[in-house]
Amino acid sequence: MSLPRRRPPRPTPSLLAIRKPNSRRATVVLVTLSVLVPLGLWWGLSVSGLIQPARYLPTPAATFAAALEMAGSGQLFTDAWASLQRVLLGFGLAIAVSVPLGIAMGTFRAGQSLFEPVIGLLRYLPASAFIPLLIIWLGLGEPSKVALLFIGTVFFNTLMTADAVRGIPTSLIDVSYTLGARTGEVVRKVVIPHSLPGMIDAVRVNAAAAWNFVVVAELIAADSGLGYRIVRLQRFSQVDRIFAVLAVIALIGLAIDLLLRLTRDRVGRWT
Amino acid sequence: MIKLELADVGMRFGDVVALEGINLAVPRGSFVCVVGASGSGKSTLMSLVAGLTRPTSGEVRLDGYPVTMPGPDRGLVLQSGAVFPWRDVERNVGFGLELLPRLSKAERSERVLRYLEAVGLNEFRHALPKHLSGGQRQRVAIARALIVEPEVLLLDEPFGALDVQTKEDMQLLIRKVWRDTGTTVLMVTHDVEEAVFLGQRVVVLASRPGRVAADLSVPLGDHRDLSVKREDSFLALRAKIEDLVRAFHRTGGQGPRQVVAARSYTDSAARTRSAELSPPEPVEVTRPDSRT
Repeated sequence: MSLPRRRPPRPTPSLLAIRKPNSRRATVVLVTLSVLVPLGLWWGLSVSGLIQPARYLPTPAATFAAALEMAGSGQLFTDAWASLQRVLLGFGLAIAVSVPLGIAMGTFRAGQSLFEPVIGLLRYLPASAFIPLLIIWLGLGEPSKVALLFIGTVFFNTLMTADAVRGIPTSLIDVSYTLGARTGEVVRKVVIPHSLPGMIDAVRVNAAAAWNFVVVAELIAADSGLGYRIVRLQRFSQVDRIFAVLAVIALIGLAIDLLLRLTRDRVGRWT
Repeated sequence: MIKLELADVGMRFGDVVALEGINLAVPRGSFVCVVGASGSGKSTLMSLVAGLTRPTSGEVRLDGYPVTMPGPDRGLVLQSGAVFPWRDVERNVGFGLELLPRLSKAERSERVLRYLEAVGLNEFRHALPKHLSGGQRQRVAIARALIVEPEVLLLDEPFGALDVQTKEDMQLLIRKVWRDTGTTVLMVTHDVEEAVFLGQRVVVLASRPGRVAADLSVPLGDHRDLSVKREDSFLALRAKIEDLVRAFHRTGGQGPRQVVAARSYTDSAARTRSAELSPPEPVEVTRPDSRT
């Protein structure tokens, strides 16, 4: 018996061909749509009169005007800088702890046995669940906010760093030993350089988380920062200004990501 | 004089016996090739000689001293090349020298240049490995291993992933390196032609467990070029060794008769080791029927 046959496939439209590059024009159109469509929906909805009272959904223009006004008074910069400082401190501490820990876990089986079980467990505890505890232990000031950022990012960054380190081919390590390298030298001259791009990737992913957590931390108790500003504005239902702050949060996040991506591309030129 | 010696070396991984009773002596300055089908423990053998793993029985000796850990006296070149992708050619080759105390930067780069010259990579010295061809990467790996002046050069299927033309270029290169430096070379390969062309001796490993099945000297003289591969004596020896590799390759589902025959041949080969060798009859007897 002969095998059943299928009709030949219809030619695939080039936009739906798997992993095939699109034309430059198609790419530009798609990227533009991805920005303009949500913006258009927002604008359409805000001028339609469907949302009442209208100030609950400000138009893009009103949001922009509010942002300019807040920027003019300097308030926006003070808040952004306050949030940024907390991220730099909290996430910076998390990096300082998680990178050596992750390298130890990814390099030595002993490190993995020692740290992986406890970190694998701790990372499932949501950082925001620690807020009450942190307030009890550290008060309402800066330390509790920095600690929240730290807790929110340190475990993930450790595990992701360890993964990046584990990606090194054993053959590179073997060859290093046969060239006379000692264990410390293998770590310093082979393991770390090889996993550096992966480590920066991990930092990039977790920087986004850190930026989220700082806003959460400031929603609770703060006297400055972008999250704090949103809470303040809520009391007076200044939705246009809340929108402006949200836009600023998004833009700063994007800038951080871009910066880290450029760093990664520079460091990982050899990949 | 014996440079490298494997004395009754055995290696098991749990219940799996990878190598059993390996005895092998590599004289100083010689070029010995080890051939065997997959599963014959060729790479395990290399990693034992390199000192990356310790044998579960027996001993590997270098100049009479037991090998306990990897070191720059045994340079290793792997099939994958294992060049450091983030280092350019120059810094790959210079890696071993960076580890040495009291070696000035000038001295180091002078040596690097000399070895780059030797493997013909001078103009690529600032290139990253990702921009190199497979053959060029192996050249980097060879220069990197040679620059620390190893007592023994260990080649673990170094040209296995290369196309035929590149492979022959590399074979000529490694012959030249061997003749110029006078270093001792132990090479593992599944390519019998390569083993006969390069080796002064070819050792055949039987598989599961890996044992020395035969040890043949190659009567071709030390001046060889590629044309030797077409000579009758070369072809005859190559055919003979290929038959041996087949005969001692135990694949799943083969009958016990085969195994017994292979074992008895191993013993006779072991007795006549390093003698001229060797009875081809058992080869005919043990050739797998399924292959016809």
